[in-house]
Order: sequence, then structure tokens, then C-alpha cells
Amino acid sequence: MKKHLKLAAYAALLLLLPFATGLALGKTWVRILDFALLYVMLALGLNIVVGFAGLLDLGYVAFFAVGAYCYALLASPHFGLHLPFWMILPIGAFSAGIFGMLLGAPTLRLRGDYLAIVTLGFGEIIRIFLNNLDTPYNVTGGPQGIDLIDPIRLGPVSLNQPPGHAVYSYYFLFLLFALATAFVSTRLQHSRIGRAWAAIREDEIAAEAMGIDTRNVKLLAFAMGASFGGLSGGLFAGFEGFVSPESFTLTESIMILSMVVLGGMGHIRGVVFGALLLAILPEALRYVGPLEQSLFGKIVVDPSGLRMLLFGFSLILVMLLRPAGLWPSPTRKRELLAHGETAKHENTDIYDAGR
Amino acid sequence: MTQDAKLLEVRDIGRTFGGLAALSGVSLTINRGEIYALIGPNGAGKTTLFNILTGIYKPDSGNFRLEGVEMAGKKPSELAKSGISRTFQNIRLFANMSAIENVMVGRHCRTRASVLGAILGNSNTRAEEKSIAEMAKHLLDYVGLSRHAHMLARNLSYGDQRRLEIARALATEPKLLALDEPAAGMNPLETDSLKRLLETIRRDGVTLLLIEHDVKLVMGICDRLAVLNFGKKIAEGEPSQVCSDPLVIEAYLGAS
Amino acid sequence: MDIFLQQLINGIVLGSIYSLVALGYTLVYGIMGLINFAHGDIVMVGAMVTLTVARLLSDSGLPGPLVLGIGMLTAIPACMAVGYLIERIAYRPLRNAPRLAPLITAIGVSILLQNLAMMIWGREYLSFPQILPTRTMAVGGASISAIQLLIVASSTIMMAGLSSLIRKTRLGNAMRATAQNPEVATLMGVNVNTIISITFVLGSALAAVAGMMVSAYYGIAHYDMGFILGLKAFTAAVLGGIGNIEGAMLGGLLLGIIESMGAGYLGTLTGGVMGSNYQDVFAFFVLILVLIFRPSGLLGERVGERP
Repeated sequence: MKKHLKLAAYAALLLLLPFATGLALGKTWVRILDFALLYVMLALGLNIVVGFAGLLDLGYVAFFAVGAYCYALLASPHFGLHLPFWMILPIGAFSAGIFGMLLGAPTLRLRGDYLAIVTLGFGEIIRIFLNNLDTPYNVTGGPQGIDLIDPIRLGPVSLNQPPGHAVYSYYFLFLLFALATAFVSTRLQHSRIGRAWAAIREDEIAAEAMGIDTRNVKLLAFAMGASFGGLSGGLFAGFEGFVSPESFTLTESIMILSMVVLGGMGHIRGVVFGALLLAILPEALRYVGPLEQSLFGKIVVDPSGLRMLLFGFSLILVMLLRPAGLWPSPTRKRELLAHGETAKHENTDIYDAGR
Repeated sequence: MTQDAKLLEVRDIGRTFGGLAALSGVSLTINRGEIYALIGPNGAGKTTLFNILTGIYKPDSGNFRLEGVEMAGKKPSELAKSGISRTFQNIRLFANMSAIENVMVGRHCRTRASVLGAILGNSNTRAEEKSIAEMAKHLLDYVGLSRHAHMLARNLSYGDQRRLEIARALATEPKLLALDEPAAGMNPLETDSLKRLLETIRRDGVTLLLIEHDVKLVMGICDRLAVLNFGKKIAEGEPSQVCSDPLVIEAYLGAS
Repeated sequence: MDIFLQQLINGIVLGSIYSLVALGYTLVYGIMGLINFAHGDIVMVGAMVTLTVARLLSDSGLPGPLVLGIGMLTAIPACMAVGYLIERIAYRPLRNAPRLAPLITAIGVSILLQNLAMMIWGREYLSFPQILPTRTMAVGGASISAIQLLIVASSTIMMAGLSSLIRKTRLGNAMRATAQNPEVATLMGVNVNTIISITFVLGSALAAVAGMMVSAYYGIAHYDMGFILGLKAFTAAVLGGIGNIEGAMLGGLLLGIIESMGAGYLGTLTGGVMGSNYQDVFAFFVLILVLIFRPSGLLGERVGERP
């Protein structure tokens, strides 16, 4: 009974939140909430890769881009295609998943650091292609991107209607999707697949010896994470009505990674918390510019630089002081705190045991 | 019996490392239901052979068959699926998962729930999940760890960790269970109870292969054994036979 | 003009820079097994410091090469200090932590350096004052500029110096011992902490010089220039065999040449569809191909897969 009450209270909070925010702080902040929910989806997707399977992906935003451009190309005047969103979102998620597999296949058998670098490069490469694929055929719209993207429609009703209230309708759509991704993440974590991911994270050689095809299972993590990214990308494109390569920089990848790390790798609630925190908190920095103006008469410290500085610091400090994140999962905490022993375990070399 | 008595046939296995022959022309046969041991001085090639049989190395020459099916060159996970499971000399548990989760991981290759099944949680998946948990519980009980089911593997005592590794390996339903120095670092009491456990496992129909330094343990428990020295098999047979083999005596006394 | 020869020369120049940066990755990787993500940003710091000094002194009437020299001598200690601090603060406490941890702090450090640089030097592209003679020499249909000669000459000298340092001195012995097995090295009386610090400082000094070269060569510096440069130099290190000193040099040169040939011929080859704006993509494809077909690199002995 108590549990039900709690649940009802949460539901009421989530339902009323945008309206309260809109009344108190204005629509800009409702929009920030919408983005925060997108980030929750992205962070949960990256969490599958980094948190569950222990693979560091530094180009995650590339999958977000794939999803967004899929939507943009299939529902805008650019090619004159106007498919409905319930068709495009799966296509976007699927394409992102395929990209994830293509990228993972050659690199997942290598040590984790290589994967980090390759994904980092991949993120940039996708952006270079997006920027340049306007010649000889205009595929991506180049640096200008693609605009006039169809809004998401539920049946005959566009979420952009009535005008000016889009931020509210998208809030509920995104909330739905964010809850769904959290649900899927939880189910996966507590399945045989989730256990296999955890086993690989813990000890890849032992996992392989226990009959887990580590390559496939890692690929699966990569593809699942990527498809979450693709899904959010599609939602993003429909919401913004406009995509350009500028939205998919390394900065975004780092931001999503910071959310996962800060919240607590592998812990779903922690990751959601981290995403909300880093999506909302830095927005307060938008008041720093005007504040500086009024105090010093000029901009002394660039607020956007300040934001990135915050991410950089959060990554370093969390790793040094609270390696399991601000809200760690009970087990992961024990693992990351038990430094020495784990490292020794990882370094144990069975391959040279032969002679 | 209609079934072939031979479970594992190793033929002419050879493997070199950087020009040095770690193994050359090793052949042996392990029969169904026996406890077979592999001994030899340090550097004799036991671990190399063990690593070949469990898929970590590929042999340069020769092959081995499990129930007549060619196995050489398969990945460790494929070998586990085919029925060869193992433990590690320097215990490699999933340290931050609980004991029962460790064993549940062992069920991976015998279960099939897909991503979709996991997400939807349909009745098949739920039933499978239940059977995994039940089997894991049973196996923990079997090795005597049921009290510690929810303890993290890293917090178990040394002897218990070794037992947990065995339970995890058994969860893959092996035909051949390969143990890499299972008694290493154990006190006599622990060794003794390990011996009983191994005998129980054999009684329940699993064939055992062990590499062991502790010659006394080996002689007391195995049905047959092979002795390796300098990468070659120098003797094979029942413990009493092997013990009196002059080559073996020389390898152990003369070399060290 | 002979395009092939010209692109070859440009490639060698570019490659010399890559080699210097790649050495930094390889030194640290060889000793600690860590990819120092922030290394590219140390190059950026070197470039920024040299550029600042060159701007300050450009009207002083001192000869160009001297100004450049002073800039470099300022940049080297600055970068060494940055490298030392990074290792002490961000990496050392995590030496025994799970692998993911130092990788994540490394990224944090990289972002931090970039944004601090942005705050200090602004977000605009800064141009390098024209202090070196622009004269060029004609060589068989291609031309070489003074700065190009300078780059190739000084990086050759530095690499030769580093090689003999590692092969012939006590310090080099200690470094190699640490790379082989830190625990045994400790038993042999090597202070592993000191060696690791020295390695970082050495790599940072090379990065400073590389930074000077890049900014003077391209005449420009920017707070996030270290990212792509670092990625490419890392590729060079992997191409040569990460952890292998000669490999880093070879990999750098090769990558420079591949890139510059690619940039020179891609337009013609693809009928103008892909131009030099795809230059940055090459390094990445090289990286992927190496990882697929020869993860240990050209000169690497270690297997790229898990130890």
C-alpha cells in the first residue's frame, strides 16, 4: 500500500513538473526539461556499453547523429519524404545499431583503450561526413544541415499544435520514452544477457571460458547502446525541426559520458540522476554571463567554457574521490573501491603460463 | 554399453613458443567417468596442454576429439558449449558478483533467452530464469556453499572460492571438467574435502581431468595419469605403474 | 611542379611532427600501459606558449630563428610542468585502479586543458607572426621552405637523442626495466614513480617542440587543435607498434606521407567528389585497418589483444 502511494506521488510529480516549471521559470526551462529527458535516454544507452559491459565509448554521439539524420532525411522536404515517426524511429534505432556493430566488429577483440580511441575517431569521422556530404549529391545538407523537419505526429495531431505548447507535449512523449528505456535497461540488466555483460566486465577470460561468446555479447552491448542513441536522435530531430553537424560534437559525447560516470556506472538510477543533474545544472550557468556583465561590465569567463570545465572536473574528481559515482550501485561500489585487488586480478597473465 | 568408452582423444599435439617446443607429439586418451591426471615437473608442458584443451591456445599440430568430434582450434566458449569446462589455477571468479550469480553465469551457454525475451519477460523467459536460479542454488548446495549464496565472490575464503569455481564450471553441464591445480594453496583439511568433492562429481557422471603439483593427492585420487617432461609424454597408466617407471623417477628426482 | 615530390616532402614534414607527438604516446604507453588522452592537448599548450612569446617578441627586432628558439625554450618547461602535474594529480592515484578509471580521468584532463586554454587565449584562431624567412628552395620541381627544413632537421636530432638516451644511459635502462616489469624494476632499485614522472616530462618536452613546429608551420593555433593532432599521432604510434620507440617514428612518417599523398591525389582519383576536406579521415581508416590486420603494428612484438 505504501509502495503504491509512493508510486502515485512520483507519477503526480512527473506529470505536474512541466506545468509547475513553466509557471515558475518560463517555457525555456520546460524545454530544458525536455532535453534533460533526451539526455536520460542517451545516458542510459551509453550506460549499457560503459556501465554494464565495461567498454569505453567516446564517440557515442555519433549514434545519436545517425538517428537524428535518419529522421531528418525521411521526414522533411529535403528528399520530399514524409514517413510517420513510428516508422522512422525504429529505422533510426536500427541503423544506429548497425553502425555500432560495424564499428565494434573490428575493434571489440582488442584491448579496451583501443576501443576508446576508435570510437573517439569515429565520432569525428561521422561529423566530417555530415559536414561534407552535400557534394556531389546533397545528402546531408552539409554544414547548414537539414531543416523543416516534420514534427512528430500522433495520428492527425502534430505535437507542435497548438503553437507554443510543443514543449509540454514533447515532455510527455520524451517522458514515456525515457521510462521505457529505463525499463528495458533494468530488464536487460537482470537477464542472462545482463549477467554475461557483467561477467565480461569482471573478467573477460573467465567469461569466455564459461561458454560466453564474448565477442558477440560485447557486440550486442554495443549495438543495444547505439540503438538507444539512434532512438533519442530521432526524437531530437522531430523536436528541434532542424539538424546540423554542430549538434554532434565530441563535447556532447563527453557530456553523456560524464553523466554516466558522475551518476554511477552500471546503476540505472544513478545514471538517470547523473543525466538530470548535468543536463539541468549547467543551464544555470546561462545566468553567469549577464551576471558577469553587471558585475564587471564585460564577460570575464566564457560561460560555455565554464560548463565544459565543470564536466572535466567532474570526470577527474569523481574518478579520484568517488569512483563509483555519486549514486553507486551497491555492488559496483564495492568493486571500484577495492582497487588493488581488482587490478592484480586483471593483470594476471594466463597466456604466458605455458612454459 | 553402447556408448564409446573414450571421451577425449588427444592425438599428436604439438605447440611451439618462439622456436621452443613446449609440447611435441603428445597423445592420450581419457575414458568416460574416470579421473585422469596430468603431472610433470615445472615447465613440462602441462599448462600448455591444458590451455590447448580449453581453447586458449591453438595447437600447431595434432588434434583432439571429444566424443569423436574434432575440437582443436575452437574458441574457449565453443569448447565450453561442447562440454569441456574448466577452473583456473589463479582463481578467476567474477569477483564483484555474488556466489549465486557466478554460478548463474555458468548457465549462459545452456540457456537461450534473447534480448527481446529479456525485455518482454514472457513466460518462457521467466521459466528459464527460474530454472537457472534453481540449478545455481542446487550447485551451491552441491559444493557446500549454499550459506554463502549472496556473498560477493571476492569475500569468500580461499577454499570456498575454489569450490565456487567448480560449481560455476559444473553449471555449464560439462562432460569433461578440467581442473587447473585445484589444490594449490589449500591446507590438508581443505585438500581432503576437495578430494571428496571430486569423487562425488565423478560418481555423478562427470569425467575429470586435473593438473596437479601435489603428487600425493594425484596418486590418491586419480584412476590413470600421464606424466609430461620437456613437452613429451614419458609415461601413462595407473598410479602404481607410473610410480615405479624409471623415466618418471628420473624426471622427478634427476631433474630437480 | 611535381605534385608527387611536393606531397612527399610535405608528408615527411608532417610526419616528423606526428613522430614527435607519437613518441609521447608510446613512451607513456610502454611504461604504464596507459593512453594519455591529454597528450595532444600538451602539444596545444606548447603551441600556444610559443605563439605568445613569438607575438611578444615579434617587434623586438630580434632575428626570427632566435625568437622561435626563445619561444621553444619557454614552451618546453611549461609543457614539462603540465605533464608532471597531470601525472601526479590525475594518473598516479589511479595506478592500481580498474582500467576504465585512468582513461576517464585522462579525458577529464584533456577537456580541462582545452577549456583553460580557451579561457586564457580565447576561442579565436590565433595567427603566428611572420618571423621566419619565407624563402623556398627548389628541389627537382618541388619547393622546400626554411621552416620545413627546420622541422625535419630538429625532429631528427631530437629522435636520435631520445633513442640514444633510452638505449645507452642509466636512465634509459631504468625506463626499459620499468616497461618490462615494474615490480622487478623496483626490486632492482629503480624508483618507479620517478621513472614514470620522467617519462611524462620527457614526452611533454617533445610535445612542446611539436607544438612549436605546428604553430609556426601552419601559422595558426587554436585551443582545440590538440584533439585531432593527438588522434593522428596516436594512430601513428599504433601503426608503428605502440610501446615501440622506432615504431612511433616510422609510424609518424608513414602516416604523414599517406595523408599528404591522399590529400594530393584524392580529388583526382575520385573525380573531384572527395577533396582534401576528407584529409582527417585517412588517419582514422589507417587506424582501423591496422587494428584489424596487424594490431601489434609494423614493428610491435606484443600482441594487440589482451595481455
